[in-house]
Amino acid sequence: MRSTAAKSLTLLVTLLALACLYELYRWIWVTTGWTWPFAVNDITLPHLWTIFKALGEPSRYGGPLLISVLLKSALFTGKEALLGFTMGALFGFALAILLVQSGLAQRAFLPYIVASQTIPILAIAPMVVVWVTPHLPGFIAGWGAVAVIAAYLTFFPVAINTLRGLQSADPRAHELMRAYAASRSQELWRLRVPASMPYLFSALKVSATASVVGAIIGELPSSIQDGLGGAILNFNQYYSINPANLWATNLIAAALGIAFFLAVVLAERIVVHRAPENFA
Amino acid sequence: MTAVSISGLTKTFTKGNVTALQGIDLEIQPGEFVSLIGPSGCGKSTLLRVIGDLTPPTEGTVEVNGKPAPRARRDHDYGMVFQDSVLFDWRTVARNVGLPLELLGWDRAKRKERVDEMLRLVELESFGDHNPWQLSGGMQMRVAIARALSFEPAILLMDEPFGALDEMTRERLNIELLEIWRRMQSTVVFVTHSISEAVFLSTRVVVMSPRPGRVAGVVDVDLPQPRTTDTREEPRFFELVTAVRELLRGVGAEEHGSVTAETAL
Repeated sequence: MRSTAAKSLTLLVTLLALACLYELYRWIWVTTGWTWPFAVNDITLPHLWTIFKALGEPSRYGGPLLISVLLKSALFTGKEALLGFTMGALFGFALAILLVQSGLAQRAFLPYIVASQTIPILAIAPMVVVWVTPHLPGFIAGWGAVAVIAAYLTFFPVAINTLRGLQSADPRAHELMRAYAASRSQELWRLRVPASMPYLFSALKVSATASVVGAIIGELPSSIQDGLGGAILNFNQYYSINPANLWATNLIAAALGIAFFLAVVLAERIVVHRAPENFA
Repeated sequence: MTAVSISGLTKTFTKGNVTALQGIDLEIQPGEFVSLIGPSGCGKSTLLRVIGDLTPPTEGTVEVNGKPAPRARRDHDYGMVFQDSVLFDWRTVARNVGLPLELLGWDRAKRKERVDEMLRLVELESFGDHNPWQLSGGMQMRVAIARALSFEPAILLMDEPFGALDEMTRERLNIELLEIWRRMQSTVVFVTHSISEAVFLSTRVVVMSPRPGRVAGVVDVDLPQPRTTDTREEPRFFELVTAVRELLRGVGAEEHGSVTAETAL
């Protein structure tokens, strides 16, 4: 196990190296005038310092700084993604518990669960908005539909992986539970569920970032202006004038996704006690 | 009342139409330590699993403490130990030992008291808070035995529990198991590949023949109790080992080479 200091140093060096690569690529393409795969200039690939500088400037004349606008948007989108992630994870987990009870249920429902993910999220998002929005309680009024859309992306990996995890225990462990005359629910909660935890957490890591993407996409058909989706749509229109604003927004969106991911990693450390070699 | 009473037992696996056991009759008295030995494919593990109601018999009856096996299982009459310790990774050693007690609905205080007592019995009292994977193979097996005995089951079923351990650990655990057996006064049914282990541990050795599995003979082990490391050097021990080996030779175990007769010497 390496120390936190060594880890932070590695991270810093990697980030610096990536930044240097980016600027080197820019420099080569600009000086040689290469146009493949695309011509490089201040519009197509702005300087890194232009992007960071844009964060410290007002996004519009006389307005607040871009960074504070984006942080507020990120908090808003983060709120939607967190609710969506929670709902999706709970639904996915419950679904897996339900499906593991019977092979018949698995054969009957699994194809439709898989099929649900082949429908593009952009195609169902407007319907979800129309169905859900009129019925939202006060505290999530306006943005609850976005959380439902994020949940739609979250539940699938959780359901599939948890189902696998629930079936992953050693057959001997099941025999042991049988020998001790454990009830179905005892076997579920004391053997199947603990055995599924490493699987659940690998799914949650995938879902954590997917829920942020789902929330951003969900904001578009919901006409929500307060989140990162709204900001992306807005800065998209002014890209040719001020590309740095969109780049900066992407940076913040990525940071939000990473924060979600790291939160799951932290939770896994606390919850899962397993021999080091047994991490799924 | 007999601890285990088997009559006319036949077990056929529909898959592949294999007759694993045929016409088995066996009675085990309370407090006995009975070993099942035989070459691979003689159905000794299957017989143990039928006794424990992990798989149903095709014909015949199995009664445990005067009850049909499924009833005995539901009454928590069985302690079970497999070749792998099958400890739950996500539980500490103490919580692994307490698992059957949780299933039985014992309250926390009572559970802790018994778990401490069991850990003392297998000499692991200072390892309760350890994770299973931090323990050696022999220690893991002792945890598995403590878990199997924690609720004082009427009968302990052991399926080659020491098969994966080295010879030295195995012999030490043999002595510890006998110690525990004497103190708990439980009935043990023990499956093994090793003639010396079977003779050393048992009050009776049941020799089985393969394809289909039958009882080829029974050797009464009249070695005095308690048995110690010296027991393995007594002439009577060698006589009994030879008797078991002769029976095994009769069923063709030597040709199969699957019984570790060498370990006796």
